[in-house]
Amino acid sequence: MNCGVVVFPGSNCDHDVYHILKHVFGLETKWVWHKDRSLKGFDLVVLPGGFSYGDYLRAGAIARFSPIMDAVINYAEGGGRLLGICNGFQVLVESGLLPGALMRNRSQKFICKPVHLRLENHDTPFTLGTQSGAILKIPVAHAEGNYFADPETLKTMNEQGQIVFRYCNPEGTVSEESNPNGSSENIAGIANTRKNVLGMMPHPERCADPLWRDRDGQVIFKSLIKSYYS
Amino acid sequence: MAHFNSTEITPEIVAGHGLSPEEYQHILKLLGRTPNITELGIFSVMWSEHCSYKSSRRFLKTLPTEGPRVIQGPGENAGVVDIGDGFAAVFKIESHNHPSFIEPRQGAATGVGGILRDIFTMGARPIALLDSLRFGEIDHPKTPFLLEGVVDGISFYGNCIGVPTVGGEVYFDACYNGNILVNVFCLGLVKSDKVFLGQAAGPGNAVIYVGSKTGRDGIHGASLLASSEFDDTTEEKRPTVQVGDPFTEKLLLEAMLEAMKQSWIVGIQDMGAAGLTSSSFEMAGRSGTGIHLDLSKVPLREEGMTPYEILLSESQERMLLVVQQGFEQAAIDLFQKWDLDTAVVGRVIDEPIVEIEFEGENAVRLPVHLVVDSFPKKDKPTQKPAYLEKVNQLNLTQCALPESFGDALKKLVASPNIASKRFIYEQYDHMVRLNTLVLPGSDASVLRVPDTEKALAISADCNSRYCYLDPFQGAQIAVAEGCRNVVCSGAQPIGVTNCLNFGSPDKPEILWQFEQAVAGMGDACRFFEIPVVSGNVSFYNETKGEAIFPTPTISVVGLLDDQKRFCTQAFKQSGDRIAVLGSTLEELGGSEYLNTLLGLCEGPIPQLNLKAEKKVQSLCLELIRKGLLSSTHDCSEGGLAVALTESCITGDGLPIGARVDLDSTIRPDALLFGESQSRIVISFNKEHLASIQSLAKEYGVPISVVGETGGNSLCISIQGQECLQEEIHQLKQLYEESLKPDGR
Repeated sequence: MNCGVVVFPGSNCDHDVYHILKHVFGLETKWVWHKDRSLKGFDLVVLPGGFSYGDYLRAGAIARFSPIMDAVINYAEGGGRLLGICNGFQVLVESGLLPGALMRNRSQKFICKPVHLRLENHDTPFTLGTQSGAILKIPVAHAEGNYFADPETLKTMNEQGQIVFRYCNPEGTVSEESNPNGSSENIAGIANTRKNVLGMMPHPERCADPLWRDRDGQVIFKSLIKSYYS
Repeated sequence: MAHFNSTEITPEIVAGHGLSPEEYQHILKLLGRTPNITELGIFSVMWSEHCSYKSSRRFLKTLPTEGPRVIQGPGENAGVVDIGDGFAAVFKIESHNHPSFIEPRQGAATGVGGILRDIFTMGARPIALLDSLRFGEIDHPKTPFLLEGVVDGISFYGNCIGVPTVGGEVYFDACYNGNILVNVFCLGLVKSDKVFLGQAAGPGNAVIYVGSKTGRDGIHGASLLASSEFDDTTEEKRPTVQVGDPFTEKLLLEAMLEAMKQSWIVGIQDMGAAGLTSSSFEMAGRSGTGIHLDLSKVPLREEGMTPYEILLSESQERMLLVVQQGFEQAAIDLFQKWDLDTAVVGRVIDEPIVEIEFEGENAVRLPVHLVVDSFPKKDKPTQKPAYLEKVNQLNLTQCALPESFGDALKKLVASPNIASKRFIYEQYDHMVRLNTLVLPGSDASVLRVPDTEKALAISADCNSRYCYLDPFQGAQIAVAEGCRNVVCSGAQPIGVTNCLNFGSPDKPEILWQFEQAVAGMGDACRFFEIPVVSGNVSFYNETKGEAIFPTPTISVVGLLDDQKRFCTQAFKQSGDRIAVLGSTLEELGGSEYLNTLLGLCEGPIPQLNLKAEKKVQSLCLELIRKGLLSSTHDCSEGGLAVALTESCITGDGLPIGARVDLDSTIRPDALLFGESQSRIVISFNKEHLASIQSLAKEYGVPISVVGETGGNSLCISIQGQECLQEEIHQLKQLYEESLKPDGR
């Protein structure tokens, strides 16, 4: 399984996800420079977290025009597995690969803390081998993670099983109190209709190293490996 | 076109540059001619207190700076300490006080940017930031604005560049109403044989500029803003605050680390305070060489800038490199890959002068040593301040005991200096780069050292009330507490950096405080055998003649050989025994208790016995290394009762109560809330009791087993008689909510 981690100017979780893929899961992992134009040969491409182009203008708004993005779009349209974490999710939304928008947090402030997520769809390559309703504890770290989509889009997404994670409390209840940033329907992560593209605000790479006590982030990487080999 | 040489140098212009008439006469004598305006500007910044350390040098020289682990001591961009396995820790703390007061967001942001550059200039990848912040009273009208702006600035810059802000300290006191403190610490890691220095060796080598373009921002930030006290015109100095661009700094960081893997870098220096001027003079000064610069080559943000402006600009995110002759293109290609502005702007020359041309004309020609080292050396006088007598007469018999010890505890737990700073550190990305083993909210933060089994612990400490009441011992306590904090996390202290924040050194009383604090710090560091490898002095922290409390902030770096063996302050499970290492004396002077409950700031402050301190620390470290402890917590502000409360309520999961009985006959408020030094609250599985007691005996440390963890309340009795019992959920709520802006 060949993994590529795209490095935009300003990406800063690129090293973290590279470390998890390569050193924790032992996967063949390569850097992809934003000025490259090809994603040939990759079985998984990750758009990592960070502040691509300083988040100037709007998070992800400039990165979508990077030279590599044509290749990213072609790769996704060809069914390639594409994971956008945090800023990567923002880039996916800005480039139209995923619906909706990510607005400034309700508090207007950056938030870094562990949150609980309820798994809403276990039938994606990113969540195989889990069960819907499972609760994961994964940190968030963002200023613009307030997911918004219009009611019609939300309805379609619900019907199509595109909503993959919702913020919840430790017991799994999705409530206003467990919504860290004001997202519509507590949405923390979504997929496209084909389920080969996943965007999520929480950082699974921050709780996937066996050195940590919290390792729920491993679920996503294990699932990608499982789906690749099955 | 001698437009840059045409200004006549009048006494007003000299004064406007912050130079005294005496200093100007000295310049005339050294040069044997009148300097032109550009040269005057150079002297002005290089002889400023901020750049020259002219008032502090003689005291700083007394600090211990050497040790077997020291690779680089003070004098470079940052200190470097060997940690084994081929790695070294690079660290420094620096102030950005005045800019943060007049423009909190950008002031704090560029403080972060500056210290990061100091670290990666040395070849190190920054892995963690800490902030030591001090604001005025919580109810002062400016405090919310300043607090929010500073936190926002730190969050904006640190989060964007992707270096975790893993902790620090935040204090509130009226003495900072007109002059807040923003001290930023950064830790980096480097291969110990790949340390880069700020040198301009090898005549013929290229001087290369890289980073943001140079603009008109920050001119005279170092000389006028940082080197004078505040008055009614302070707001007018806002244009001297620089504007930060963390995105460019991120590119600069990655480009530099990539460039440092090549063989062609000879030396490198950040263009921080005094910009291009200080970087070129200091690099040449360290190497005994000279530099020829052509300012026409410098990438500029706007047209029509004069040599004066280009040399004195403090635009952020810029570096000056000396690159081996013949490798200029390789360097330029690499920096252009990262979309950075870059140009060859000069050459290293044999003759030790800095020679600057602009548009084909000679703008500056100054011998390096005249500028770097030849300011008039006059020792300013020191004098013991009269206030010290008056403030050290605490008469406890006139202090009534509180009606309810429980209420007193709750007041302390909810007080701004003790309450949780969670709403602040949740705005900082404290996890990025996957190294943060102990997250903010414990005694020290712990970072793993990737590719090794080791970890580093870092802390930032200073109790400025102690330093006001007793500068010598207050500074000693800052060192002791810093060491105690990293020891409580399981680390051996290996190095110190300091940020010395004081009032105006032109006042003998202030300089006396400085002298005493440096002496106390040096004394403690020598005793603990930890070198001071870097630091920063910030004078003129006063407004309309009112100085801040002396605030020598200390950051200690500690080393853990086994990254799995760290310890934190929270109780881990019910049924553990609780013990206190060290002795509790009847000491309430300078305490948070007196301050919060009685509004008193009086000494004498707690005694510090260095020998006893060292013994407690050695024992604690041994107990952690042997895996005997569940938790360790330094006993500081708020005393034993607050330390116990914090151990109950600061864990990840549900809070854990405790039942404690103290066997002592001293005043109960001193027993509960006094701040006797050299004490650590530990908890452990009762099976380990005998081993712990026998080790304590062996180390000569008094140990009192005081109780057991468990239950839903913190219950403290004295000699069998209950004196307080409080619900831990309520204590936790008070602790967590009191400081939150919407909780007040």
